[in-house]
Amino acid sequence: MKQVLILGATSSIARAIASEFARKSVNLFLGGRDLAELEHMAADLEIRHGIQAHYGSVDAEDFAAHKDFLEKATRTLGEIDGVVFAIGYLGDQPRDSADPAAALKIMNINLNAAISLLAPIANILEEQGHGFIMGLSSVAGDRARASNYVYGTAKGGLNLYLDGLRNRLDRHGVKVITLKLGFVDTEMTYGMRGLFLVASPEQVARSACQTLRKPSGTYYIPPFWRMIMLVIRLIPDSVFKRLNL
Amino acid sequence: MDKFVEKELNGWGRYRGSRSHIYRPEKVNGIAAAIRSGKESSYIGRGLGRSYGDAALNQDGGVVLTERINRFLSFEPNTGVVSCEAGVTLEEILKVLVPRGWFLPVTPGTKFVTMGGAVACDVHGKNHHRDGSLSNFVLDLKLLLADGQQIRASRDENSDLFWATVGGMGLTGMILSVTLKLRRIETAFIRVNYQRTRNLDETMRLLEEEDQDYTYSVAWVDGLAVGGSLGRSILIRGNHATVDDLSPQQATQPLEFAHRRTWTVPPQVPNFVLDRFSVRAFNSLYYRRFRQHPVNSIIDYDRFFYPLDSLREWNRLYGKRGFIQYQCVFPPDTSRAALVEVLSRLSKGKIPLCLVVLKRFGAETGLLSFPMPGYTLALDMPMLGTPLLSVLQELDQWVIRQGGRVYLAKDACLSAEAFKEMYPRFGQWQRMKTEMDPQNLFSSDLSRRLQITGVDD
Repeated sequence: MKQVLILGATSSIARAIASEFARKSVNLFLGGRDLAELEHMAADLEIRHGIQAHYGSVDAEDFAAHKDFLEKATRTLGEIDGVVFAIGYLGDQPRDSADPAAALKIMNINLNAAISLLAPIANILEEQGHGFIMGLSSVAGDRARASNYVYGTAKGGLNLYLDGLRNRLDRHGVKVITLKLGFVDTEMTYGMRGLFLVASPEQVARSACQTLRKPSGTYYIPPFWRMIMLVIRLIPDSVFKRLNL
Repeated sequence: MDKFVEKELNGWGRYRGSRSHIYRPEKVNGIAAAIRSGKESSYIGRGLGRSYGDAALNQDGGVVLTERINRFLSFEPNTGVVSCEAGVTLEEILKVLVPRGWFLPVTPGTKFVTMGGAVACDVHGKNHHRDGSLSNFVLDLKLLLADGQQIRASRDENSDLFWATVGGMGLTGMILSVTLKLRRIETAFIRVNYQRTRNLDETMRLLEEEDQDYTYSVAWVDGLAVGGSLGRSILIRGNHATVDDLSPQQATQPLEFAHRRTWTVPPQVPNFVLDRFSVRAFNSLYYRRFRQHPVNSIIDYDRFFYPLDSLREWNRLYGKRGFIQYQCVFPPDTSRAALVEVLSRLSKGKIPLCLVVLKRFGAETGLLSFPMPGYTLALDMPMLGTPLLSVLQELDQWVIRQGGRVYLAKDACLSAEAFKEMYPRFGQWQRMKTEMDPQNLFSSDLSRRLQITGVDD
């Protein structure tokens, strides 16, 4: 593996994943909205790890611009061995459940941007017959909770989309990894109450990169979330709808 | 980002602490967003929290952590000029750049400090007699000001702001990034010379006569020795080793070495671990480890500069009461009398001086920077309550009479009046502060205690 594209690169989890790749001498193309941040991040990766880190501006919601961005990224990297989709937006559930425009923004960033950005790459990887797609999803996509269902719906859709890509691409030697993350200590969760078993971005990044040596599939990070979500999915609807989750 | 966590924070000495709203931005814009949110009446930056007293505390206000603003921005392998964000630690700089033949131009006794904090305290090291403090190697700073503007400051550009910011304890604005000129090294090792002295006169004589031969020079003083042995020391002096100094094995990879195993001090340590008897026993054993005649050895930079860094959370050794580090400096002409007075006063009292370090300083730098030509003495002691505080107050007065001062990065006890007498250029600094930050948006527990920003009530 020599070159990887990271979408949504400036989040702390994506930053940690980028460091993991850079440590293994993988050259990177970083995509994100904040060019100043991307510039700092690319310089840092180059200085610390001696790799080449390129970057470019991509706005998840600006679908029309995705084609040009991907062309630039693939042209810069030459060959592309993998892509990490780390774009995500939690939103604000009370507002998002009341305001359709806000809810659509959640869908656009978490789900539609994945479709728009990953479809062309899936074609490239399918044709070249190797590579990987890694999507950062959330345990929130496993069951829609009253307190978080808009975000949950988008992540649930992302899970299904990645499942589909996997079922299509596995036979072509392309790995598709879905990472269902539990609580991670990031800007998104900082200052939130009631979190438990919070993982650091670095721990998540290490586990995420380890899944690349495993078969194509869905992985919970940290792994104990598989058990937690199993229990949560087993709760019958008749009970679940009365829970305050 | 304007989310915060409300929590009690401590200084490294665990004597000062206060509750505040802690912000942890992940992007440079996030720092500005936190500060411009108007949620708090004041803010102070905080790196790794290694200042001993209340410099990085802000009761009921905002504390902005820089731990996730920690990217290297540029590095010139030919000139050793590195630029990095405020949250990059000295440990990271060493890890990344020592293998490429570059070393910190100035380092304090721990590598667990951030660049932002190091510049805000204008830290010094064992080479101050030769090279001065860190600000001498800072080429350029980027600051976020109270009005939201981001500006550069250097010796040529906004130089008033530059001299107010180095040593300015984070009160002129948030330091966003720093450009630093590093020191070229051939090896990761130091050629050290240990020499035992019998008393203060011998210690001072050797430091004055021989300091020019060593890049690094410091005296470990047996703080509990009295009478004719007062000020007996181990002089620890060294230079960067060349490849020729190394053993054949070390010379194969001169910029690499085996890192030490680290230990962590458990959270609950009883007070008697560091009391007068244990400290006396330790000091006496340490002193006797060295013979009369000098001993030379080659050790890696980690063992030379950062002996305590292998003991994580060593501040817990003092137990719940916490500890004080009192570091002061005296001008050359009053040094001897002052050192005799301080050492004899403290060794006569019932205060276990756990660590006493003496070193010669070179030139002055920033407006509020601590170093000035003369001798600096650093004393670690358990927080023994009111009796200790009154001794320290007497010491403050003594320091003022000798024309000396106390280091703000270590200080937890100084009064506002004493501070103003010790820092004669404060008036000049204050004019800058009033101009840049009239609302005191950047304040800390320290700045209120010393009435640098308004009166603490």
